[in-house]
Amino acid sequence: MPAPSMTEVISLDRLQVTYHSPDSREPKIAVDDLTLGVRQGEVFGFLGPNGAGKTSTMNVLLGFTHAAGGSASIFGVDVRQPIARRRIGYLPEMTYYYKFLTAEELLRTYARIFGLAASETTARIDELLALVELGHARKRLIGTYSKGMQQRLGLAQALLNRPDLLILDEPTSGLDPLGRMKVREIILRLKAAGKTVFFSSHELGEVESVCDRVAILHHGQLRALGSVADIAQTDAGSLEKAFLRIIGWANAPQPNAPAV
Amino acid sequence: MKTTLALAHLVILEMVRRKDVYVLFVLTTLLTLVAAAANIFDDTRVVRYLKEVSLTLIWISGFVLAVTSAARQIPAERESRTLFTLLAKPVSRWQFIAGKFLGCWLACGLALVVFYAFFGAVAASRERGLDVLGWFQAISMHWFMLTVPVALALAGSLLWAAPSSNSTLTLLACFGIWLLGRHLHKVAVGLPEPGATLLTLVYFTIPHLELFDIRDLIIHRWPPVPWLFWLGAMLYAAAYAGMILTGAWLLFRRRPLN
Repeated sequence: MPAPSMTEVISLDRLQVTYHSPDSREPKIAVDDLTLGVRQGEVFGFLGPNGAGKTSTMNVLLGFTHAAGGSASIFGVDVRQPIARRRIGYLPEMTYYYKFLTAEELLRTYARIFGLAASETTARIDELLALVELGHARKRLIGTYSKGMQQRLGLAQALLNRPDLLILDEPTSGLDPLGRMKVREIILRLKAAGKTVFFSSHELGEVESVCDRVAILHHGQLRALGSVADIAQTDAGSLEKAFLRIIGWANAPQPNAPAV
Repeated sequence: MKTTLALAHLVILEMVRRKDVYVLFVLTTLLTLVAAAANIFDDTRVVRYLKEVSLTLIWISGFVLAVTSAARQIPAERESRTLFTLLAKPVSRWQFIAGKFLGCWLACGLALVVFYAFFGAVAASRERGLDVLGWFQAISMHWFMLTVPVALALAGSLLWAAPSSNSTLTLLACFGIWLLGRHLHKVAVGLPEPGATLLTLVYFTIPHLELFDIRDLIIHRWPPVPWLFWLGAMLYAAAYAGMILTGAWLLFRRRPLN
């Protein structure tokens, strides 16, 4: 398995993201002064409780919102340029696709957007549908798919352009244990191929098993950044305990606490 | 361009599979058949009148199809969150707007061809032959006129979140311009200031959709309009659609998507 290089694939420099809330005239800060870099070839976990600013950061990386301050780049290209997204694959937390299309038509449309050659497209679609085990349903309308099938299709579309960077927003949410295992397998396979994976998750066990480094965000600020082992070191090697301590959760469950 | 075409293809597929066009086609067909049946009485005035009714219905169907299909594009993408997967790909906001516009406009063109072909077949069977050039001009000018309602509805969908409000307002604007636009400057003459100036400004600002309405060529079998006028009309429509789409892009390009 290739070791992560020091070249930064994602660079965030003093990033600030604000949003307008209906109950306030002043913009609220979602991400405050966030500086971090994701290195080529690493699996990077982006952690934080709900409302910590993970999705806001991802929204900036994907060009959905613009930063109020600081800068963000992918492969050295400002994220506001669509070309920055040419080498990335994205799997949203909730996967909704055009229900009037079949899986094959959806992938073919995205392939055209990525500029894949027609000769390559068919082979790539076959390969991906086989990987996510949707080959049998390729001609079925997506509207008839189960949630798990849609999530697998989401993974297929995220891999379509052979991305060098994969951004996954809670990739295992809503999947059964088998589906989760499959996703973990795919992440590890991508890592082995030297790809960079940036993903947010609430599943700390999953993060521990696949991530090289993690960042923990709370109230829009970076509270911890380092390898899983380094962060968990002060909490008897438990990432979960370290996470709860870092976000200031006073009533963290104790290992020997009696069951209620 | 590949991206814009891919997005346009998506819109066309959606419209074909949603079957909205078929409902309008059935309605138009029924009325056209009634018009054809009237020929039995061999009263040319009645036939002309019914031809006018059929063509008016095609025009109304064109407006309804263009506006309703364009008005729902962006809200539907946001609501179903398909927009996020799409814009996470190397798709610029301009390409997104342009793809939606092109898809709606091409789909409207396909629908118009079907409407006119059916009406033309019926008319030709009754009148022994068609003035092909006149028909070509009528269809092409009608189709180019639709660039304006499509662009207006797309831009409107960035201002009004509900497709129904947007469709209603855009349709009112389009029907208003089509039916009353040519009379505005005459009304302005009889108004006190500043109403007169304002209405004159409106007259010179709005896209005059009535310029594209050359149904009389078909109804009365008149000779085609000069080709320079035809070309001018095409450029006029393209210029207005371009301006409206640029406005839509300016509204959309930095809008946060959450």
